[in-house]
Amino acid sequence: MPFKAPLVISRKANNALIVHALDARSARLGLYQGQPLANARAMVQPLSIIPSDEKADAALLESIADWCDRFTPLVTLDAPYGLYLDITGAAHLFGGEAAMLALVREKIAAQGFVVRAAIAGTSLAAHALARFAHNTIVPPRGEAAAVAPLPLAALDPDDKTLRALRHAGLKTVGAVAQRQHSELSERLGAGFVTRLRILLGAEEKPLEPRRPLPDLMAEQRFAEPILTEDAIAASLLSLAQHLSEILERQGRGARLLEAVFFRADGKVERITVKTGEPLRDASVMLRLLRQKLDALADPLDPGFGFDLVRLEAVLAEETNPATISFDSHENARQQIGFLIDRLSVRFGAHRVQRFVAQDTHIPEAAGVAVPAQDHDTYANWGPSNWPLKRLPGDPPRRPLRLLERAEEIEAGFPIAPDGPPKFFVWRQCRRDVVRAEGPERIAMEWWRSAGLTRDYFRVETSDGQRFWLYRDGLFRQNGLHPRWYLQGLFA
Amino acid sequence: MQFENDSQQSGRLDSPRRRSMIEHNMNNSAKIAELRHSLARYGLPPDRQPIPLGHPQADSVLGGGLRPGALHEVFASGWSASGFAVLLGILAAGAKPFFWVQPDFEALEYGAVSPHGLAELGGDPRQLILVRTRKGDDALSAASDILGCPHVGALLLEIRGQPKALDLVTSRRLSLAAATSGVSVILLRQSAACEPSAALTRWQVASAPSRDDDEDWGNPLFDARLVRHRAGGLGHFLMQWDSENAVFCEAHSGAVAAAPFHRPADPQIARAV
Repeated sequence: MPFKAPLVISRKANNALIVHALDARSARLGLYQGQPLANARAMVQPLSIIPSDEKADAALLESIADWCDRFTPLVTLDAPYGLYLDITGAAHLFGGEAAMLALVREKIAAQGFVVRAAIAGTSLAAHALARFAHNTIVPPRGEAAAVAPLPLAALDPDDKTLRALRHAGLKTVGAVAQRQHSELSERLGAGFVTRLRILLGAEEKPLEPRRPLPDLMAEQRFAEPILTEDAIAASLLSLAQHLSEILERQGRGARLLEAVFFRADGKVERITVKTGEPLRDASVMLRLLRQKLDALADPLDPGFGFDLVRLEAVLAEETNPATISFDSHENARQQIGFLIDRLSVRFGAHRVQRFVAQDTHIPEAAGVAVPAQDHDTYANWGPSNWPLKRLPGDPPRRPLRLLERAEEIEAGFPIAPDGPPKFFVWRQCRRDVVRAEGPERIAMEWWRSAGLTRDYFRVETSDGQRFWLYRDGLFRQNGLHPRWYLQGLFA
Repeated sequence: MQFENDSQQSGRLDSPRRRSMIEHNMNNSAKIAELRHSLARYGLPPDRQPIPLGHPQADSVLGGGLRPGALHEVFASGWSASGFAVLLGILAAGAKPFFWVQPDFEALEYGAVSPHGLAELGGDPRQLILVRTRKGDDALSAASDILGCPHVGALLLEIRGQPKALDLVTSRRLSLAAATSGVSVILLRQSAACEPSAALTRWQVASAPSRDDDEDWGNPLFDARLVRHRAGGLGHFLMQWDSENAVFCEAHSGAVAAAPFHRPADPQIARAV
C-alpha cells in the first residue's frame, strides 16, 4: 500500500498560512488547528497540504442539508461545519430518538464523512454536546445537567471572554452556570448570558428553516431505490392521492406544489409547480408534475435510483366550498384556470398573460401584461375597466398592435410644420400618406420619465394600411428636425 | 293443416313474413341514406349554431355565419389585414375566454397585441389570454392544449411563413380537436403561401382604402375573399367593422370596388385547396 502523507488544509489568516483543518493522522502527530503552517511543516515531513476552499465547503454543507431533508423538513445550517435538524415530532418515524441518531450517523458516515451528533432540547446544547460529548441524548429538561461537565470551549467564547472566565477560575460550563447571571451579564455582556441560558435549556431560540416549511406533505420511502419513469409516475400518483385526501379533509387546496426526489447517493432534485387556484385533484396534480418533468431542460437523472419521493404542498390555501359547485360558470372558470396552469407549467408563468389597465396616457405603458395565473380578470366580471379613447360611433383611436419598441421612420417633410408627413419610409419601404388625423398630443409624465412630448397621427397609406405615427418633440421647440416614429398598426 | 295455411299466406302481399322483408329493405335504404349523408359530411365539423358575421352576403354564403368548432384560415397580406383574424376571433369567442397564441418572432415582426386597441374595436381585454411561445412549434402544441378545453371561446393562432410542423396532418388534427371541443380556431398566416389544409374556410384578406368622402375614416375595412369553403360557396366581400356593435357590416355605398359575388378566386390559391 503506498504511503500517504498526513493531510492538512491550509488557510490564510493575518497574512500567514495556518492549519485550517487536519486529518486524524496529523492530529496524532501533534498538529492542531490554528497552528502556523510553517511550524506544522517543521514538525511533520512529508505533509500534504491543500488550500481551503470555503465556497466548496459551504456548497457541500448545503447539499448535505438537502439530503438531510429526508429526516425532517426543518434543517438549518450551523455554519461552517454543522447542521441542525429539528426532529420534533419526527423521531417516532425512525423508531425513536436513539435509533434515529444512529441512522443519521450511519447514513452520513456511509457517504464518507466523519460525523458527530447529539440530541438536545435547544440548538446550542446540541451544538456543544455534538462537539464535546457526542452521541448524547439529553432527556427533556436535562440540558443543564448534560452540559455542566463540558469545558469552557463549549460556550464558543471569544478569546477575551475565555481569558476572563479562566481568570475567574471557572473551568466548566457548570461552574459558569452557577455564577449570578446578572454578574456575568455585567462582566461579559448580555449576549453571553443569552447564549448560556440557551445552552442550559432555560431559553430557546427558534431555528430559521432554510426553505419555507411545507404546509402539508406526503412521502414514500423505497427499500429498493426506484429508477424507471413508470415507477416514479406511480409513486407520484399515490403521493398525489394521499396529499389530496389530506387537503380534502382540511378543506384546503395546494397553490404551490413541490416534488422532492432524494437520490440514494445523496443528490436531491426538486420540481415546483405553481397553480392559479387551490388545487386538490390528484390527477391534475400528477398531470402538472409530469408536464413539468417533461419540460425540464436536463431531465431528472435518477442515477442509482431515488430512495425517497416526497410531495409537498408548500402553500395550501383554504378553498371556498363553493368552488366544488355545479354552477356552470364556476366550473368553466375552474377549467380555464387549470388550462392556464398547464400552459404556465409548460411555457413559464410569464408567457401566459392577461392584461391589466394602467392609469397612464403613455401608450406603451397603458396596458401591462401580467402572469395570467396570478390575475383572474375573468372572475371579477363587471363593466369593463378599459377606458375607451374614442367617442361612441367613432373609429378606433388606438392601434390593435403595438410594436415592442417604436421604430424610427424616415418621414417626408410635412405640409405644415406641425402636421403629418406626406410619406414615410419604414422597414425599407416607402409609403405615401393619403389620409391623416391628428395630432393627438401626449405629454410624458415628468414625474416618471424625461421624454419629449409626442404628437400622434393616425395615417392611412395609399394601399389602405393604417399606421400610428408620432413626432418625438414639438416642432421648433425641440429642434427643427424632430424624429418620427412608427408605434402601432391599426386593423 | 296449420302448416298449409301458413304457406298459403306467405304468398300474399300482406303476409307477416313479406311485410318484415319489406320493412327490412326499407330500414336498409334508410340506413344507406344515412350513410350517404354522413359520407357527404365526412370531415366537416358537426353542426353548431353559426355565429353571424353581420355582413349579409358573407353570412348567406357561409350558411348563417362562422361555424364554431372549426378551423378557419386567414391569409393576411399587409399589416392591417391581420386585424381581420382578430375580429373573427372576437366574434367567435363571444363571452368566453379568447386565447391568442403568438410566437415571439411574430410579436416582434407584426407587433404585440395592445389591449387598448382591442377595447377600441369593441372587444373585452379581460377575455384575452395571450400565450407567448418561443417558437412556432411550441405555438402548435399550446394550441392543442387549448383546444382540449370546451370552455374556451376562440383560439387565434398566429403562424408566420410555412413551418414544417404545420402540415396537412397537423391542420387536420387541429380541426378535429376544434370539432370535438367546439372551440373555433382562427389560424392567422402572414408571409405565407397557401398549402393544402383541413380548414373549413380560407380567407384571403387585404386592407381596403377608406372611401374618399369618408370623414370618419378609420374603421377597419377589408377586401376579403373567401377562397375556400368546404361546406358552401365562395365569395369576395368588402367588409367593414363596426366597432360600436363589434360586428361586421357592409361598407357604405360608393365603396372602392363593387364586390363581385362568386368571383373566381386567385387561380394559384384555388389550386392549393
